[in-house]
Amino acid sequence: MNLEKVVFGFFIILAMTLNFGFVLGDIDNPAHHHVVELFFAIIVNLIATVLKFGERTQIGAIHLASSLVADLGLLSAAWVWTSAVYIEGTGLTPEITASIVSLSAGALAANVLSVLMLLVETVMFRR
Amino acid sequence: MHATLFLILRRMRAPLIFLILSYAIAILGMTLIPGADAQGRPAPPMDFFHAFYVVSYTATTIGFGELPVAFSEAQRAWIAFTIYLTVVVWLYSIGSILSLLQDPALLRAARANRFAGKVKRLHQPFYLIAGCGETGSLLMHALDSRNQQAVVLDIDAERIGELELGQYHLDIPALAADAALPENLIMAGLHNPHCAGVIALTNDDRANLSVAVTVKLLRPELPALCRSDALVTAANMASFGTDDVVVAFEVFGEHLAMAVNSPGHHLLYEWLTGVPGEHLIEPLEPPRGKWVVCGYGRFGKAIVHYLKQVGIELVVVEASPAETGCDNCIVGTGADARTLLEAGVEQAVGIVAGTNDDINNLSIVMTARQLNPRLFTVVRQNRHANDALFKRFQASVTMQPSRIIAHEFLSLLTTPLLSRFFSLIRGHEDAWFDELISRIAAVLENTVPEVWDVELSRNHTEALWEALRDGAPVPLHTLVSSPTDRDSDLACIPLLLKRGEIEILLPEPQTLLQLGDRILFCGERHTRNLQALCLSNFNVLSYLLTGRVIPSGKVWRWVERIGKTAPNSNAQSIPRKHA
Repeated sequence: MNLEKVVFGFFIILAMTLNFGFVLGDIDNPAHHHVVELFFAIIVNLIATVLKFGERTQIGAIHLASSLVADLGLLSAAWVWTSAVYIEGTGLTPEITASIVSLSAGALAANVLSVLMLLVETVMFRR
Repeated sequence: MHATLFLILRRMRAPLIFLILSYAIAILGMTLIPGADAQGRPAPPMDFFHAFYVVSYTATTIGFGELPVAFSEAQRAWIAFTIYLTVVVWLYSIGSILSLLQDPALLRAARANRFAGKVKRLHQPFYLIAGCGETGSLLMHALDSRNQQAVVLDIDAERIGELELGQYHLDIPALAADAALPENLIMAGLHNPHCAGVIALTNDDRANLSVAVTVKLLRPELPALCRSDALVTAANMASFGTDDVVVAFEVFGEHLAMAVNSPGHHLLYEWLTGVPGEHLIEPLEPPRGKWVVCGYGRFGKAIVHYLKQVGIELVVVEASPAETGCDNCIVGTGADARTLLEAGVEQAVGIVAGTNDDINNLSIVMTARQLNPRLFTVVRQNRHANDALFKRFQASVTMQPSRIIAHEFLSLLTTPLLSRFFSLIRGHEDAWFDELISRIAAVLENTVPEVWDVELSRNHTEALWEALRDGAPVPLHTLVSSPTDRDSDLACIPLLLKRGEIEILLPEPQTLLQLGDRILFCGERHTRNLQALCLSNFNVLSYLLTGRVIPSGKVWRWVERIGKTAPNSNAQSIPRKHA
């Protein structure tokens, strides 16, 4: 067992599950989507991205790309939230909530892809 | 590029993860700890947006104070902790990024990348030079002054540093790397279509051999020129098709014999292969008669071999005759008067000090000169560091292997026609050389001439090509007359004309040119530019051919055609006065 692989897999799967947990619920109901969940999803996603730095393989490059996409989705969701609540002052209306959740659902798709690639890689390099 | 980027990213993993974690902890803490309102009553904790804002300015030690409202005591305690956590992590991250930028492995990788990029962007033919010691830098200066690009590899980083300080017109990509490793040669552009040849000049015969093998296996069509110090390696290199192997001692022996036998021939060779712009050397006139050769190593053997060929009487002095295989010689170093007298230095006309020890060599010629002040002295200089001593002594000839190799390669590289020229002039009479030298000297300003060849093809000489295609008779003197005044000559001399298999040495001015001819010229540099004008500019060429200035615009040409149809027009071409 390789500790590096454990940590790597842990963060990638954790990023997906946290993201999934945040997205779960009615798309336009703010009560179903908690800000702390989004915070953790962002932090874990950033760590997963950094862990993927410096991979020289093709699959490593796709890993990094999908992680960057997920970061982009989650950070835009956080920005929409911030601007709605503090800058525009409109608050979490159903439209805003739907847009936050759909952005993070996009990030979820990228995270699912990451996990799939992790599985493919594991199967390819069975040792 | 990629290798360094990946290295940086990989090394930055740990600092970045620590940074993200410390921010996460600090922000999370701020969103959990209750705050206080203006009256000091408990208030709900900060939201994520404000927590991120506070942590951002605290972590970077900007410190705006307590925003948006004064903190509660619990929040202050957490901020105190946050300061120590985040500031320390920031320092650690910045420190590791800075040390990463100074990492020798990374810097080396970056230099190699820059070098490879520069080589890739070269869009003109270049020579790959392995080893830029004395020989290499001489050769590079000469190539540079002929506007030919070079790419340099040398195992010694200091020499590469010196190269960067050198005065070159062209930007010469250089890398400190072992040329004996094929991957370095490949990085230096061995596979590049613009690579015109590889020159191995390191002071290590094994490395030169390895360069030759690499070139002949990977790009067999490329010329590989190698320096070699030992005849065995030279034979080895030649055995698998290395195009030219220069053994400095052999070349020097041959040239010394040439100078004894035919001083004009030797002088011509030195002039045409020198670095353009340097002063012309004076003719050497080594006397005929009895010569004393001290030292029968590789150098001494070569000297004896070539001097014997031209019928010079020789006495050899050698310290250890058994080791060097010298059966008929006087035993001694030659540095003491006794051995020199025994060798008959008083009756001799010349002495060669050719041991592998510079101080010994100087001591030999100094003693010999005291015994016989009229001696012609030839000294072998092994180390460049002793230059000052050799300059002060002023021997008749100082043999520096580096100069000889550089000259030899230059004659091979600059133009293939030049080496043809040298093989054709072999065996001419002294008078022939003297006449040619005085002709060349007449067009020069006491500096080494530029040597170039002109190929009459569509790409290189468009105007001339068109004129020849249309069947106009173009004599050779068109190319050596001045574009401003066709009755005066350019300061250059055609040396050789090559037409298919036919080679005409010193072609006559009346020779009619044909398409595909190649002509070798020597002269001042500015002459070459003037000549290029007549080769590619239609108006200049027609002026040179007919003596008339053709109007360049369509309207004026039409006006002239009208004028031509009028009676008594003076449209006949004026025949050129030719001296």
